[in-house]
Amino acid sequence: MAETRDSIADIWGPRTPYHRGWPIRIDERTVETPDRWVQSACVLCSNGCGLDIAVKDGKIVGVRGRSEDRVNHGRLGPKGLHGWEANNSSDRLKVPLIRRGNQFIEASWDEAMHLIVSQSKNIRDRHTSSAIGFYTSGQLFLEEYYTLAVIGKAGLGTPHMDGNTRLCTATAAAALKESFGTDGQPGSYTDLDTTDAIFDVGHNMAEQQTVLWTRVLDRLAGPRRPKLLIMDPRPIPAAKEADVHLAPKPGTNVVVLNGLLRLIIQNGWISRAYIDAHTMGFEDLERTVAKWTPELVERIADVPQRKLRAAAEILGTAPTLVSAVLQGVYQSMQATAAACQVNNLHLIRGLIGRDGCGVYQMNGQPTAQNARECGADGDLPGFRNWSNPTHIEELARLWNVSSDIIPHWAPPTHAMQIFRYCEQGSIKMLWISATNPAVSLPNLPRIRRILDHEDLFLVVQDAFMTETAARADVVLPAAIWGEKTGCFTNVDRTVHLSHQAVEPPGEARSDFDIFLDYARRMDFRDKDGAPLIKWRTPEEAFEAWKACSKGRPCDYSGMTYAKLTGGSGIQWPCNEQFPDGATHLYTNGVYNTDPQYCETYGHDLDTGAQVTPQQYRAHNPTGRAIIKAADYIPPFEEPDKVYPLWLTTGRVVYQFHTRTKTGRVQALQDKAPEAFIEISKADALAYNIQNGDAIEARSRRGYVVAPAKITDIRQGFLFIPFHYGYWDDNSHPRAANEVTREDWDPVSKQPHYKLSAVCIRKM
Amino acid sequence: MQLSLYLKMVKDSETDLAKAFTTVSAHHRQEPDMEASCHLLASWSRQKAESACGFIARYGSKRDSEADHLYSDLFQGPRRGKLALLRDLHDLWLLATEAQICWTLLGQAAQALRDDELILACRENQATTTRQVAWLETRSKQAAPQTLIAG
Repeated sequence: MAETRDSIADIWGPRTPYHRGWPIRIDERTVETPDRWVQSACVLCSNGCGLDIAVKDGKIVGVRGRSEDRVNHGRLGPKGLHGWEANNSSDRLKVPLIRRGNQFIEASWDEAMHLIVSQSKNIRDRHTSSAIGFYTSGQLFLEEYYTLAVIGKAGLGTPHMDGNTRLCTATAAAALKESFGTDGQPGSYTDLDTTDAIFDVGHNMAEQQTVLWTRVLDRLAGPRRPKLLIMDPRPIPAAKEADVHLAPKPGTNVVVLNGLLRLIIQNGWISRAYIDAHTMGFEDLERTVAKWTPELVERIADVPQRKLRAAAEILGTAPTLVSAVLQGVYQSMQATAAACQVNNLHLIRGLIGRDGCGVYQMNGQPTAQNARECGADGDLPGFRNWSNPTHIEELARLWNVSSDIIPHWAPPTHAMQIFRYCEQGSIKMLWISATNPAVSLPNLPRIRRILDHEDLFLVVQDAFMTETAARADVVLPAAIWGEKTGCFTNVDRTVHLSHQAVEPPGEARSDFDIFLDYARRMDFRDKDGAPLIKWRTPEEAFEAWKACSKGRPCDYSGMTYAKLTGGSGIQWPCNEQFPDGATHLYTNGVYNTDPQYCETYGHDLDTGAQVTPQQYRAHNPTGRAIIKAADYIPPFEEPDKVYPLWLTTGRVVYQFHTRTKTGRVQALQDKAPEAFIEISKADALAYNIQNGDAIEARSRRGYVVAPAKITDIRQGFLFIPFHYGYWDDNSHPRAANEVTREDWDPVSKQPHYKLSAVCIRKM
Repeated sequence: MQLSLYLKMVKDSETDLAKAFTTVSAHHRQEPDMEASCHLLASWSRQKAESACGFIARYGSKRDSEADHLYSDLFQGPRRGKLALLRDLHDLWLLATEAQICWTLLGQAAQALRDDELILACRENQATTTRQVAWLETRSKQAAPQTLIAG
C-alpha cells in the first residue's frame, strides 16, 4: 500500500526543475501490497505514460509510473493514478445482451454472435456491404484496430469505417498530411527538455496532459527558462504561467496566426535557406497574410496589437520552438487551415526535424494514433493513399485479396456522414466499439433519434452500459485495459506494449477476440480460399501489422513484443535504419510528399475539394513540405439577437470523455461531480446571475442546464465541460452536446464543437 | 463588338449560380455540411458577378436575345426524394461549368484586347470557378455510390 503524492489536491506534484535530462520522480498509488507488477501504459489521455499495474490475488490494486520510460520518467497524473479503479466496478458488463422490445435479455456469446452474423449476411446480400458501418474508438489497441480494418476493408469491403478520432484528432492527421505529405508527428516530447520557447495553441495542456504539463512546469522552474506563449480564449491554468496570453475571439484562429506569420515575415525572422531548399508555396503565404496587420487582427480577433507583437517576437526570435495544437483549433472554425499555419510557422523558420523543435499536432486519446495508422478510422493502413492505385495493390497483395474489394473510389466515410446515412436508412447495421456517441457527438437530440431508428441494427461493444449501449440491439461485454494484451502509440510516436494483468470479469472478451470470432463466423476468405484473418493472438496480429507498416512512415518492422517488454516505449519508425526508433522525422528536410509515397494529394483548405493526382504531380512537391495559406472565413453561425452568446466546450482535469471510467472512480467523481457553465463577470451581472445559480443555455438544436461558475472568461463567451451525460443522472439535460453544431471542417471533417450561438436564462 | 453580351451572360450565370447555391443550401439543411459550404460558394459567385458588372459598364450593355441565360434549363429548383442531393449537386456542377467556360472564353477576348484588368479578372474568376467545380465533384462523387446502390 502506497500513495507517493495526493494527485487530487496537487495535480502536477512537486517541481523537479531542470534543463536537459528530466529528473525521475516515481508516482505510485496502490491500495494493497501487490504480489506482482505487470508492464503497461496509461490510457486516460494521449500522453502515453509508461506504468506498471499492481496485481494482488488476480485483481488490480494500483499503478506505479515507470522510471525508465521516455514519456513520463516515472510520473503519473490524477486520472492515471486513480482511473484503474473503474476496472473493478461492480457494474461492468459481464454477459452479452440481446434486445427484446424495451428490455435486454442475457444471451450466450453463441446466440449474440449468431444474431450479428445472420444480420450482417442478410443486409449484405440484400443491400451490399455499403449498408454496413463501423464506428470505433481511440481506446482500442493496435492489434484490434488492424484486425477490424482488415475485416471491414477486405472482408466486407465497406467504405463506412471511422472512429471517434474524427471528433478528436482528425485535424491533427489532416494538417500533417497537407503540410508534410503523411501523418506522423515530426517532433518528440524530448524537445521540451531543451527548447527556448513553447507555443500552446487551443490546447489546455495542464488539464489534458497533466504529465506533459509537469514537464513544462519543471522547465519553467529550471535554468534557461523557455518563453511560454498561450493562445486560448479561456483563463486556463497554463495562462497563469505564460509570458504572453493571447485570448482571441472565437472562430478567429486563422486571423491571429496569419497576423503572427505576417509579423515574422516582415521582420525577416524567417530562414530563407530552409524555405528555398525544403518547401513550396511560400509566396502564396506571404501574399495571403500581407493584409493581416496588427490593427486588422485587433479589429477582427480582439487581440491587442502590443500582445500580438510580443508574441510574434517570441515566435520569431526563439532559436528553438515547440508548438502544440489541440481542440481549440481542431474543433473550431477553419480547423485544418489554422493547424496548417502552425506547421507553416515551423517551416518558414526552419525549426523542425531537430532537438528542441517540434510541432505536436496533438491527439486527445491514448490510442488515436493507432486508429489512424491501422486504418480502422477514415484512413488506410500504413498511411496509404486511397487515391493511389499502387497503394491499394500493396494492401491487396498483403491480404491476398483482389484489389477491387478494398473500397477506394472515394475517401472512407467520415463519422458524421456515417450517422447521416443511418438517419436516411442506407446504412442498416452499425457496429460501435468502445465509444459513446449518445454523449460525445454533436447535436444529441438528432443523434438519439438516429440511434433509436427502428430499421437500424445497432451493435455496441463496451465495458459498461453506456448511454449508447442502452440503445443497442445487441450489447457485447468487452474486456478493457489491464485485461488484455496489445500495443498503443502516443502523440510522439512512442509505442508501448500493455500486458494483460488480470482476467476480464464474467464472460467479457477482448475486442480482439470478438472481431476474430466475427471474422471466423462470417467465413471471410482470401483469394486462395484460406481464412482472411491469419492470426489468432495479439502477438501474431502485431507481426502481421509489422509487415503492413514496413516501408511506410509508421514503420514498426524493427519492433517485437520482446523488445517492447522490460524497458521504455519505443518510437516509430523502428526498422533496420533506426533499430531503437527515431526521435525526429524530416531531419534532412526531405518530406513525405513524393506522389508515390504521400498519403493524400491534398485539399482546398476552404472547401475540402480534393486535389487530383494530376494537379498534384504538376506542382511536383517531391520531397518538399507544402506551405498552404488560408484566409479568414467568418463563422457560419454567429451570435445574433436571439442567440447572443458564444458557447464553447472542453475538459476538466478529473474527468475523461463521457466519464465511462472516471465517473466510476470515487476520488475523481467527487472532485468534479457535475457540469457547470462558465460565464464572465460582466455577463453574470447583465443576467443577474450568481455563482451556483442554475442556468439554461439554449441553441437552435437543444438546451442544457447547469450551475453558473463566474470566472475571468471573456465577455460574451460561455464554457461548459463535455463529460457529463445521463447514465448516473437523468434528471435534466446536462450534456454539452445537446446544443453543439454538427457541421464540420471541410478537410478533416471534424465537427465545430467549439462554436455554438446560445441564449441563456436563469432558472 | 460583342464582348458585352458575353460579360452580361457570365454575370447572369454567376448570379444564377449564387441563387442556386443559396437555394440548395437551405433545401439540404439536413446534410450538415451543405448549408455552410453552399453559403460560402454562393458568396464567391456573387463576388464574380460583381466583378463582371464593372466590365459591362466599360464595354457597353447591349443585349442580345441569343445570349440569354441558361438558368431555367439547367436548374429548376431543388428536388425531393432519394436522389435529391445527388441530382442537385449534379445541376450545380452544370451551372458552374457553364460559368467556368464563360470566364475561359472571356479571358481569350481580354488577351486580344490587351485589357490587363480584364485578363486578371478572368484569370482569378476562372480559378475561383474551378474551385467551385472541384468541390461539387468531390462532394457528388462521395454521395453517388451510397445514393445509387444502398439508398
